[in-house]
Amino acid sequence: MKHIVILGAGTAGTMMANHLHHQLKHPDWEITIIDEREEHHYQPGYLFLPFDIYAPEDIIKTIEEFIPKDVKLVKNKINRILPADNKIELTGGDEIAYDKLIIATGAKIAPEETEGMKGAEWQKSVFDFYTFEGSLALRNKLRDWEGGKLVVHITEMPIKCPVAPLEFAFLADSFFKHKHMRDKVEITYVTPLSGAFTKPKATEALEHLLHEKGINIEPDFAIEKVDNERKEIVDYGGKVIPFDLLVTVPTNKGDELMERSGMGDDLNYVPTNKATLQSKDYTNIFVLGDASNIPASKAGSVAHFEAEILTDNILRFVHGEPLKEEFDGHANCFIETGNGKALLIDFNYTHEPVEGSFPFPGIGPLRLLKESRMNHMGKLAFRWIYWNVLLKGTHIPFVSATMSEKGKHYA
Amino acid sequence: MEKIIAGKNITVNEEGYLTDFSQWDEQVGEALAAEANIPLSARHWEILKYLQNEQKNQVALSIRRIGKSGVTDIKEFYQLFPNAPLKTATKIAGIPKPASCI
Repeated sequence: MKHIVILGAGTAGTMMANHLHHQLKHPDWEITIIDEREEHHYQPGYLFLPFDIYAPEDIIKTIEEFIPKDVKLVKNKINRILPADNKIELTGGDEIAYDKLIIATGAKIAPEETEGMKGAEWQKSVFDFYTFEGSLALRNKLRDWEGGKLVVHITEMPIKCPVAPLEFAFLADSFFKHKHMRDKVEITYVTPLSGAFTKPKATEALEHLLHEKGINIEPDFAIEKVDNERKEIVDYGGKVIPFDLLVTVPTNKGDELMERSGMGDDLNYVPTNKATLQSKDYTNIFVLGDASNIPASKAGSVAHFEAEILTDNILRFVHGEPLKEEFDGHANCFIETGNGKALLIDFNYTHEPVEGSFPFPGIGPLRLLKESRMNHMGKLAFRWIYWNVLLKGTHIPFVSATMSEKGKHYA
Repeated sequence: MEKIIAGKNITVNEEGYLTDFSQWDEQVGEALAAEANIPLSARHWEILKYLQNEQKNQVALSIRRIGKSGVTDIKEFYQLFPNAPLKTATKIAGIPKPASCI
């Protein structure tokens, strides 16, 4: 019997377990998934928690209920991957041998990378919303915050869900308007990028929205430190931005397991072939989702598209066939813009987000790069889709793993 | 599009970055630096050469990596190429603007 091991039971690992158990069955194959945690969090919900749009129970379920019965779930911390020996070493010393390995250990925040970020003001006036604890603490802060300078900040790229901080700024605008205190809050969006986003057409649309909502933007800001006493963020060029409430996205890094195993780059991401998702160093290791260093968005939609392609590639690999270089970096993201509206963007490695209709060319019903209520309904419906369709590895009808250029207005 | 830099016809993109590194030479670098109001010292050149070399080896450039390169630290990098150092320095070096992954 051959053994496939999946590291991490988050979005990517869980989807992969669900895909593979249909394809690789007993007695020829055994599938094991390893994760030390008990809970599976709907991470996009962290954006809504601070504004009391979602409650904790909306975004937390157990890991167990999404893992198929014929896949073995091992709840243990992983100490090291021993790629030369095809083994996983668990904390405590037990070893698990594998024939094929899928790394899906994700990315997480590392506020300790920035001087002063996790200082005296952490979770007092300096918050993250990329963890459940951070998001919940921020909710409690916002419930009775009386206003002042709100700074929404990105430390450095890449980050998970690169549109989330923008959405946070938009939702904050909407939140304070509804609380009739928008005039007491000055919102500034601070980014290391030279504009609101990395791709020109989307940047233009998003900067227009920032302007419309009275949100200031400070581009090209490379943070050196958080000054806890003066309540300022300072950049390497000497620029200083004062805050009363700082909502920051700290540096994101891959799992420390990669450092312990000597398999990551300087941010602990695993070097991966961007078209096949095979590890660059070991042919029987594949990397899915945020754990890899491929130049695609670190987003659930990307992991979803990757999982469909990786399943095919693993089957090819198992049968000794050449891998298909098929993954195109496809990402599909809703961007909440506040007041019950949202944008939708659909893009890949080579095609930036543009206007158009989705998923049916010329029809929609969703509009690309334009605010609409329908897009917002799509974003809210997505939570149901996530729990009931996406994690189970079911194909989403009419949405292909590789991007379609139809119905899009490329210049 | 074409642009005349240091008396030569050079192909650049809409942001002014060279699209063909073979068209770059030190005079082109000097001219691009002058456009950015940066007089180039020996230290500038060390960093520009380092960036070109990293690009040649297909290493993704980032402020963080430059800070840990041993060639310069982030403070000095900002002093030498003020405001947006990586964007400015890559333009002068004739290599593509670093893509921030999304």
